[in-house]
Amino acid sequence: MTTGIERPPTDLLYSEQEEFLRETVRDVLNKACDWTSVLALTESESAIDRALWRTLAVEVGGAALALPDDIGGAGATWRETAVVLEELGRSIAPVPYLGSAVVATIYAQEIGAGDLLANLATGETIAAVAVPAGAPWFRPLRQTVTVTDSTLTGTVASVADAAAADILLVPVGEDTYLVDPAAAGVRCTPVVSLDETRPLVDIEFNAAPAQRLEGTRPAGDATAAALRAGTALLASEQLGLAEHCLTATVEYLRVRRQFGRALGSYQALKHRLADLWVQINQARAAARYAADCLATGSDDLAVATAVAHSWCSEVALHAAEEYVQLHGGIGFTWEHPAHLYLKRAKSSTLMFGGPDVHRTHLTGLIDLPLPTLENI
Amino acid sequence: MTDTTTDAAVSAGDPVTEDGLPTYVADFLNTHDPATMPRIDFLRARFDAGLAWVHYPIGCGGLGLDAAAQSIVDAALEAAGAPDNAPHRNVIGLGMAAPTLLAHGTPEQQRQWLRPLWTGEEIWCQLFSEPAAGSDLASLGTKAVPDGTDWVVNGQKVWTSLAHEASWALLIARTDPTVPKHRGLTYFVCDMRSPGVDVRALRQLTGEAEFNEVFLDNVRVPDDNRLGEVGAGWKVTQSTLMNERVAIGAGAAPREGGPIGFLADLWRQDETYRTIGSFDKLVQLWVEAETMRLTTERLRQQAVAGTPGPEGSGSKLAYSLLAQRVSSLELDILGEQGLRFDDWSFRRPNLDDEHNRPAGYRFLRTKGNSIEGGTSEIMRNIISERILGLPSESRTDTTTPWNELPR
Repeated sequence: MTTGIERPPTDLLYSEQEEFLRETVRDVLNKACDWTSVLALTESESAIDRALWRTLAVEVGGAALALPDDIGGAGATWRETAVVLEELGRSIAPVPYLGSAVVATIYAQEIGAGDLLANLATGETIAAVAVPAGAPWFRPLRQTVTVTDSTLTGTVASVADAAAADILLVPVGEDTYLVDPAAAGVRCTPVVSLDETRPLVDIEFNAAPAQRLEGTRPAGDATAAALRAGTALLASEQLGLAEHCLTATVEYLRVRRQFGRALGSYQALKHRLADLWVQINQARAAARYAADCLATGSDDLAVATAVAHSWCSEVALHAAEEYVQLHGGIGFTWEHPAHLYLKRAKSSTLMFGGPDVHRTHLTGLIDLPLPTLENI
Repeated sequence: MTDTTTDAAVSAGDPVTEDGLPTYVADFLNTHDPATMPRIDFLRARFDAGLAWVHYPIGCGGLGLDAAAQSIVDAALEAAGAPDNAPHRNVIGLGMAAPTLLAHGTPEQQRQWLRPLWTGEEIWCQLFSEPAAGSDLASLGTKAVPDGTDWVVNGQKVWTSLAHEASWALLIARTDPTVPKHRGLTYFVCDMRSPGVDVRALRQLTGEAEFNEVFLDNVRVPDDNRLGEVGAGWKVTQSTLMNERVAIGAGAAPREGGPIGFLADLWRQDETYRTIGSFDKLVQLWVEAETMRLTTERLRQQAVAGTPGPEGSGSKLAYSLLAQRVSSLELDILGEQGLRFDDWSFRRPNLDDEHNRPAGYRFLRTKGNSIEGGTSEIMRNIISERILGLPSESRTDTTTPWNELPR
C-alpha cells in the first residue's frame, strides 16, 4: 500500500477481483445465454432459464457473493453482486437474480432469518418477496393479504422474479410468512408482461398454509431495505444493458453501408452515439456509487439510489431506443434482439417506483423544497 | 533576467522517494517559512526543491515521482499557510505550455521557461486559432519564413486568452505551403514583447474582453525558440491540445459544486421562486450534475490509479452543455429579476469575481463553454472516431497541398 495518499471516500473503480468475476460470468453467459435462446424461452412455458441459474448461482457461486462465508456465502460485497448484474443486463439473461440473490437475500438478512439465508447462499433455493414490482422502498406497502389461523388470504399483483420461486416471503404487517408456492391455496398466475425476460406473476392466497417466521425483526424495515438495495443494484443491470445497446449499434453502423459509405461515417449518427457514450459514462459512475454506498453502509445510500435509478433508467431506455432506431427496419423485427432490450429497458424504468417518484423523494433528502400551491 | 539555478540539495542528495516525501516537505518548510519569506521567493524555492509538480523531472520543478504524490505536498503546504502560484491566472501556461515544453522542449528551453512559468512571473498564451482556422486548425495561414537564425512571422491569430498579460506564446505557423496542410506546420515559442506583436482586445457577448486578436507583422522569432522539427508542428500541437482537454481536478469536487450550486441555493432562498415546471427541471439537472460529479471523481480515481480512461473528452462535452441548461433555468426562476444585468462596459474580466455576477452573466458566459477548447461538435467527432471507432467523414483536404486547397 502506498502510504500517505488519502483514499477517496468512495471507490468508483472496479477491483481486479471484480474484473475477474466479470470475465467468469461473461464466459458463462456467452456459452449459455445467446439471445435466440432467450427469445425462445419467452415463448415457452417457463420464461426462466433454470439451467443458467444453476450454473451462475450454484456452480459459479453467484447467489451469495455478499454473504459471509460462514453461512456459505463468498464473503465479497454488494459491489461484486453489482458486477454480475452488469453482465446479466448486457446479455438480458432470464434469471431471477435481482429478485432472489438481491431483494429476497437482503430481506432475509434484515429480518435475521439465518436458516433461510444459508439456503439462499447455496443457490439451491430461489426466493421471492411477495411485493408488487413497482413498489418504491420509501412508501409503506398497501396491505392486501390478511392472516387467519396461520393461513394467508389475499392477492399480491405483479410480482417480479417470482415465477421460478421455491419459496415466497410474504410481509404482513411487521411479520414475515414463508409460503410454498406449490401448496394448496396458492395460485401464481403468470402475467403477460411487457418484459417477458423478467416475467411478472399475480399471487393469489386462498387460505394458503403459511409459516410465520418466529423471532425475526420487523418486516417493514426489511422490505424497505430490500427494495432500496434492489433499486440501487438495478442501476448496474441497466448500465450493462445500455452498454450492450451501444456496442451492438456501433458494430452495426461500422459495417452497414448506404449511399456508398458506412452509416457510421455520417456525423448525424456519430454524434448521437457520442452523446449516448457520454451518458453511459455517467451511468457507470452513478451505478458504481450506489453499489459502493450499499456495500459500505454509507449514509448517502438513499441519495445515491435515487440518483442512480433516475439516471440509469433513462439512459438504458435511451440506449435501447437508439438500438432499435439506428438498426432501421431490422431493429423493428422480432428476429433481432433489440426488442428484448427495449422491453427490458422500459420495464426496468417502471420498477421500484420509477425515476420521477425517486426524484421527488430525492428533493426531501437534499433540501430542495416542493413548490407551494400559492405559486401556481 | 530570472535566476534559474536549481537547488543543489535536490540534485546532489539522495533521491526523494514517495515514502520520504512527508519528511522532505517538512524539512523544506523548516528552512523556508512562508510567514516570513516574500511570496515570490518562497515559490521559487519551492520550484527549486522539486515541489512544484513532483511528477516532473529533477531540475524541472519536480522529483520524478508519481503524480498522485502531489497531494501530499499540496496538503502539507496548505496546512503551513504557504502561498499558491495563483494557478487560475496562468491556466494556459500551467495546463498546456508546461506539458508541451516538458515533452518537446530542449533542456535549455525547459531551464529558461519552466520556473517563471510555474511561479506565475511569466504568463503564457496560445497563438493557435485564426479567423479562418478554428475547428479546422491545421488549415491555418500564418506564415513563418526563415531569415538567418530567425524566422519572420506574419499573420493574424484570434481567441487568444491572456495575450494582453502574456510574456510568451505557443505559436504554430506555416513554414511550407506546398505540402498537405498537416505537414507544413512548425511550432514556436514567441516572445509577446517582440516588435510587430499587436494585441487588441476582442469584445465578446458578455461585454467583456477575455480574449484578444493578435496581429503578427514581421515578428522575428529566433530558431532557438522552435519546439520540435521544422514541419513537425502538428505533432507538437496535438500534445498541447490533448493536455487542454485532460483537465483533471486536483481534489474531489463537492456535491453541488459549480453552476448547479447557484441554482439550488436560489431555489432554497425564496419560496416565490418555486414553480411546478421549474421544480421538475431543477431536480433533473441536479441529478445530472451529480452524475457528472461522480464521473469526474471516477476519472480522477482512474488517473490516481495510473489507468486514465478516455472519459475526459466526454466530461468537457457534458459539462459545457449542462452548465448552459443550468444557468438558463436560473434565469427562468428569477423571472423579472432575470431581466436586469449588472454591467455591459467593455473591460477586462476579473477572473475572481464570477460569484458576484448576476445569473444573466452565467447564462451568456456558458455559451462559450461549448465552443472554447474544441467545440461540442468536434468533441463528438473525437469520441465517435477515436473511442467508438466509427469511420471518419470522407474528406479531400488531407492529401492536397495547402496552397492548392480552395478557400
